[in-house]
Amino acid sequence: MTIVLYLLLVCAGAVSIYAASYDFDSASLFDLEEFSGKQILWIGLSLVLGCVILLIDYRLYEAYAYLIYGMVLLLLLATIFLAPNIKGSHSWLVFGPVSLQPAEFGKFATALALAKLFDSYNFQLNAKMSNYFRALIIILLPVALILMQRETGSALVYLSLVFVLYREGMSGMVLGAAVAAITYFVVAVKYTEPLILGIPAGEFTVFVLIMAIFALMLIFYCRDIIIARNVIIGFCGAGILAGILELCGIDVNGTVFFLCTIGLGCIYTLIAMLRHRIRRFMVTVGFVAASVLFLFSVNYVFGHVLQPHQQMRIKVALGIEDDLRGVGYNVNQSKIAIGSGGLTGKGFLNGTQTKLKYVPEQHTDFIFCTIGEEEGFIGSTAVLIAFLSLILRLIHIAERQRSPFGRVYAYCVVSYLIFHLCINIGMVIGLCPVIGIPLPFFSYGGSALWGFTILLFILLRIDASRKERRD
Amino acid sequence: MRKDYVLEKRKYAIAGFICLIAVIYIVRLFNLQVSDDRYKENAESNAFLKKVIYPARGLMYDREGRLLVFNQPAYDVMLIPRDVAPFDTTALCSVLGITREELSEKWAEMKNLRKNPGYSSYTPQKLLSHLSAEDYGRLSEKLYLFPGFFIQKRTVRQYSYPSGSNILGNIREVSGTDVERDRYYRPGDYTGDLGIEKSYERQLRGEKGMEILMKDANGRIQGKYENGIHDVAPVSGHNLKLSIDMELQQYGEQLMRGKIGAIVAIEPSTGEILCLVTSPNYDPSLLVGKERGKNYAELVRDPYKPLYDRSIQGMYPPGSTFKPTQGLILLQEGIVTTGTAYPCYRGYVNGLRIGCHGHGSPIALKPALQTSCNAYFCWGLKNMIDRRGTKPADQLTKWKDYMVAMGYGYRLGIDLPSESRGFIPNAKFYSDSFRGASWSANSIISISIGQGEVLATPLQIANLCATIANRGYFYTPHVVKEVSDTVIDMAFRTRHKPEIKKEYYETVAEGMRMAVLGGTCRRANIPDIEVAGKTGTAQNPHGRDHSAFMGFAPYKNPRIAVAVYVENAGFGATFGVPIGSLIIERYLNGSISPARKGVEERMLNSNTIVSSGVKKH
Repeated sequence: MTIVLYLLLVCAGAVSIYAASYDFDSASLFDLEEFSGKQILWIGLSLVLGCVILLIDYRLYEAYAYLIYGMVLLLLLATIFLAPNIKGSHSWLVFGPVSLQPAEFGKFATALALAKLFDSYNFQLNAKMSNYFRALIIILLPVALILMQRETGSALVYLSLVFVLYREGMSGMVLGAAVAAITYFVVAVKYTEPLILGIPAGEFTVFVLIMAIFALMLIFYCRDIIIARNVIIGFCGAGILAGILELCGIDVNGTVFFLCTIGLGCIYTLIAMLRHRIRRFMVTVGFVAASVLFLFSVNYVFGHVLQPHQQMRIKVALGIEDDLRGVGYNVNQSKIAIGSGGLTGKGFLNGTQTKLKYVPEQHTDFIFCTIGEEEGFIGSTAVLIAFLSLILRLIHIAERQRSPFGRVYAYCVVSYLIFHLCINIGMVIGLCPVIGIPLPFFSYGGSALWGFTILLFILLRIDASRKERRD
Repeated sequence: MRKDYVLEKRKYAIAGFICLIAVIYIVRLFNLQVSDDRYKENAESNAFLKKVIYPARGLMYDREGRLLVFNQPAYDVMLIPRDVAPFDTTALCSVLGITREELSEKWAEMKNLRKNPGYSSYTPQKLLSHLSAEDYGRLSEKLYLFPGFFIQKRTVRQYSYPSGSNILGNIREVSGTDVERDRYYRPGDYTGDLGIEKSYERQLRGEKGMEILMKDANGRIQGKYENGIHDVAPVSGHNLKLSIDMELQQYGEQLMRGKIGAIVAIEPSTGEILCLVTSPNYDPSLLVGKERGKNYAELVRDPYKPLYDRSIQGMYPPGSTFKPTQGLILLQEGIVTTGTAYPCYRGYVNGLRIGCHGHGSPIALKPALQTSCNAYFCWGLKNMIDRRGTKPADQLTKWKDYMVAMGYGYRLGIDLPSESRGFIPNAKFYSDSFRGASWSANSIISISIGQGEVLATPLQIANLCATIANRGYFYTPHVVKEVSDTVIDMAFRTRHKPEIKKEYYETVAEGMRMAVLGGTCRRANIPDIEVAGKTGTAQNPHGRDHSAFMGFAPYKNPRIAVAVYVENAGFGATFGVPIGSLIIERYLNGSISPARKGVEERMLNSNTIVSSGVKKH
């Protein structure tokens, strides 16, 4: 089943690359051999690789996990110094006609090492802080090395392993906080107009959101309806008061107003905590305070810490600015290409937008455009659903493992796939900032294909012998 | 091993997350691909050629009905690259009358994505533009030899007069930005650039039509698809009737030859602009056809900046033409009455000294306008700013509001692109420029005589003159009178009325009439026309004084209000007044009386450009 999905995606990928580089012009005719021909060769090789992986005893992966991890780290380290500068990054090792990107192989090595760690005797993530620490070290070492190669996109992929930690017992609060942080950031940065109570609408909304979360946490997390009721009444009262003052022509300073209101709410809750001695109140107040601090730091970080090109990418993704000549060009062109596909698409090899090289990187990171244009809504949805099925299937496989090793490894694969899928397709359809990472199995490039093949086939090998495992 | 059922449930969270993302993406894809047709292009079938039929661009007439701008056919050689079969290049070159090198150069240019970002081997591309009529004839006979090629008929502009380029504007090929901004345009289309062509682009351009032709597999055209029932006929653009009197415009341009500056004449009762001269200028037909790019670059390089429309873009110190506004404000504010007189000891002497010229003292408003006394207006502004019981900043704000109501400091809103707003300082400006230190009437006194910080466009000066001619109101000046027999925009039919009483305008008009009868504007005293006027001599940091004049006539029921501004030409009386009076006489009488032929001769032949300090390379 998994292999079928894999083959389906890989073949669809090869066909798309063929379509993306196909043209009537004689010069491009040569490219036809170049890109899709090479990719078919890569696919052949990865099938061979897959078979080899399946033939190796599964215990070897487990036994040599740290060794493999160490070797790949060394390779990554060496790459920083050996790799030539290609478009500002030092991540490609060139061997004659072939170039390899070791960062792609870091993924399965990290997954193996992480799985091995969780498989150690009586290892429980939640038991000790040092366990978190060890897991984070394993994840962050390759991230650091890849960042040094100036491949931010590939490094970010490892952040997706937070899903694994979550599955293995990390508190849901961390994920919740991450979601809240992203929401605050997007709302605060995107909506700077109009001014409400003298502060930008975005900030205003975030303040209101923080109040709402405060109240909800009191109800569902602390389970104290009375305190929640009092706090809500307090907030509403303050809001009405501010409204009346504003109507009477007295200017209310929004920042001061919200700080006072939320601060009073917090103090009230803390007093309640002293009386009831429930730790959850503390967490709630801490969360709210952190939210407010985060909000104040957002503007500073956005304006002063981020580089102008990073600000630009975020602004384009949030739709604040249309930079059609610069950063936004790729995204705009790819949206045009996808949008022109319509319901059923223009037909195989008939895409004009992608054919005519309007979309840059159309055979690598923006390969999804070709599918969108030529196969239309139906085709692109089918691809999405195929990926979705693969991921759900892998989750199913993960859960049927009897050892933490298999399960953690499988979740690593799932996390990588989720991240690649979300970011790559998200950027092509203009929902995410442009981060240069490939679409698994589709984008042209041997390293990425091999990387994902290895990831997947090791998982299949482990899964195949799950029943032989000791219990 | 022990299974942790609580943690196992988390698989639902992870699976739910990815499902949610997938749903969001599918909705987005649905939006992009199915429900939103902004991105949709008809998947062109190979069998059809959709040929655009360009509408005729609207024509332009002047106020007397003289045809000014019309169309002449031009032909572009187009091709669809993927339909082009191997052809005999030598034959094509001989038909088009070009060399093989030129052909391959044009071909490379067409395919160069940087120069032609819209290039695609599937869509019509332009190889050559502006084919002559003979070449067109020869090529259309032989077209069957060159599959994939076709001829696109276009129109380019032609001008009956070599004048008014700043008003009329011209057309150019659209840029990539235009195409992105407006879906009407396709690469290779024309759009208005500068002048009326730009500001009335929407009315002039019309609607494109479409002809659907069938092609065979070799790209040869087989005729109309289903006898043309799917074709769309183009709709011609609207014709415009301008308020400009082209003969007067031409006369104004002749008078300004050899000078740098502008003339603006307005019909006070309607706000219609009769002539809008900027000098130096250029022949509008320079910017038509094959040579456009070269000529345009030359105009841009010209040190006298002929593309710069001084009449609406030039910001000048208005000099003494500003004084009537001051008189009006002082009267309305009750600082002075018509009888109030101020001393003038050869100037305003009050801690500092603003010089003046010989005339009686003390002096009241009307004679002050007649003799253009500086001291009177300095005292007036000082008494207004330092009025007891008020703050200088509040008084200045009041002053600024009057100026803005009279059309200064902001764009008037003429129907031409890139008008300047001039400059009227406000209280904040001064508190900033004095860095918070206190300022007094004396520190800003020179604005009362149109010097110092104030800047105005010749259009604003002419508009002031029209307001005085109307004794208290004006219409936004405009150059288009009618759009294909419909009425013009409401904005040009609304009266603007500064909060100043009509009788005060009457007083100022009398002062201006006195200036013509026995003051600074004596040379504007045309025997059979009652002219009222005001000179201006503006000091400036660029060299010799600027010479300015504004005036209107006849004194009762005025039909023309004119402003003249000549850079570095000395006293207002030496160039401003004669030129202004000639424009008035020519417009009202149709010709110049023999007695004034000498003045006309002198103006036509004089050259002040030499004293502008600009060197031609």
